[in-house]
Amino acid sequence: MSPIQDQDHRNLLLEGPSLGLRLAILGVLSLALMVADHRARYLEALRGAVTAAAYPVHRAVDAPFAAWKSLGGELTSRATLQAENVELQAENLALKLKLMRFESLEEENRRLRGAREGSSRVVQRSLVAEIMKVDLDPFRQRVLVNKGSSDGVYAGQAALDAKGIFGQVTRVGPVSAEIIMISDPEHAIPVAVNRTGVRTIAVGTGQPDKLTLPYLPRNADLEEGDLIVSSGLGGVFPPGYPVARVVDVTRDPAQPLLQVAAQPLAALDRDPEVLLVWFERTIIEPELELEPDAGTEAGAEAPAAATSPAEAREPAPASETAPAAAGGASTEPAAPAGEAS
Amino acid sequence: MARRRGPGALTIAALVLAALIALIIPLPRLVAPLRPDFVALVVLWLCLLSPRPTGLVVAFLAGLAVDAVHGMLLGQHALVFSVIAYIALKLRLRIRAFPLLQQSAVVFALLALAEFLAFWIDGVTGHAVTEWTRWLGVLVGAACWPLLAGLLERYLPRA
Repeated sequence: MSPIQDQDHRNLLLEGPSLGLRLAILGVLSLALMVADHRARYLEALRGAVTAAAYPVHRAVDAPFAAWKSLGGELTSRATLQAENVELQAENLALKLKLMRFESLEEENRRLRGAREGSSRVVQRSLVAEIMKVDLDPFRQRVLVNKGSSDGVYAGQAALDAKGIFGQVTRVGPVSAEIIMISDPEHAIPVAVNRTGVRTIAVGTGQPDKLTLPYLPRNADLEEGDLIVSSGLGGVFPPGYPVARVVDVTRDPAQPLLQVAAQPLAALDRDPEVLLVWFERTIIEPELELEPDAGTEAGAEAPAAATSPAEAREPAPASETAPAAAGGASTEPAAPAGEAS
Repeated sequence: MARRRGPGALTIAALVLAALIALIIPLPRLVAPLRPDFVALVVLWLCLLSPRPTGLVVAFLAGLAVDAVHGMLLGQHALVFSVIAYIALKLRLRIRAFPLLQQSAVVFALLALAEFLAFWIDGVTGHAVTEWTRWLGVLVGAACWPLLAGLLERYLPRA
């Protein structure tokens, strides 16, 4: 260092321990935090506190939008309200009509399933949560809602909108919670193809209008337009709720697995609010096939996910998943092969 | 002789808070990836043009705040900001003498380093975001630098 710089250095003195030491201390501290946050689950309480601490900032950003919305509500004209009312009444009638059929169907379904299924396994309670107008990381499909642990929201809770499954709660603060959408690349949801009952896993892509079904063998029975519903495996999502519709099926002879694109039915990037739901869950052992990169290994995982249509028809109880995972590799190719072409 | 003081703790807190708010204000989905890391810019400004012994701690705390508000891995931005603040503090004497455009180039390098570190931590923790658009924020951030530095220079005293 030249004398002049030395002089300058004294002018802009940075006293105390040297910068390098400070950096080392802070670096170790942040590394420790990261490891603790990433590895250890006992930080849940701290996470809640952090979410709570961030809430005022979130609220400050959201407040003008919320105020604008409520102002819009105040100033709606009578004619608009009347028109809306007529529309809603018509919709209500149509829904009631559907519900009448649904109740008898549910009863029938319960009888057919026998006594084994005591509960109806549909959503029992729900809570409307508004999505806060806050941008989290643009590369992750997450949103913040204005309900938290004080409303009974818990981590891992399923969130739906009027059209289908939206995502699940990842973090809960006292009055806010973070929801990961089904389209997040880190999210995978156990699903079944409604038409055939084939079970598989839908993985997010990072785009709000696309999911992939990466674990179906090339000869699986799947067509464009097929409805994908939740299978209820894993116990996070209630079974039988719509998730996505298949928009593209590519059968590449060079690939052992199908390339499937599906469009989520929930309006992931446009929803103003979501429903957080409570339902009676059956305890099901977690499956080991959630790793996205595991599927590329010669398709060993895939047949396990796509069990033969006959047995996959009913939402799986715990006993069924283990044999499927173990024996699927040998039994599977026979079943769907016949109906593939 | 009393040294000239830069912005006080309150001013710094207000600056960081404003940057945090700018970081999460909703933008249309197409524009959102362009958003520069405002908090990183404020941290760099503090370290380059208004250096103080507590610069690193401020950077660390600002990083923690970003992690909390974004709901990211706790400590990720704290580490990233500490590192770029360290480099900025080390280089501050040279950089202060640069014209604004040249400063922008240095800021570009520092922001790119920050983004790379964040990218790397993302990868290590298994949340890799490989979309190329994540690097756009770095460019925009460097482009914003003259404007930001000019504004802050005008309204806040240099140390």
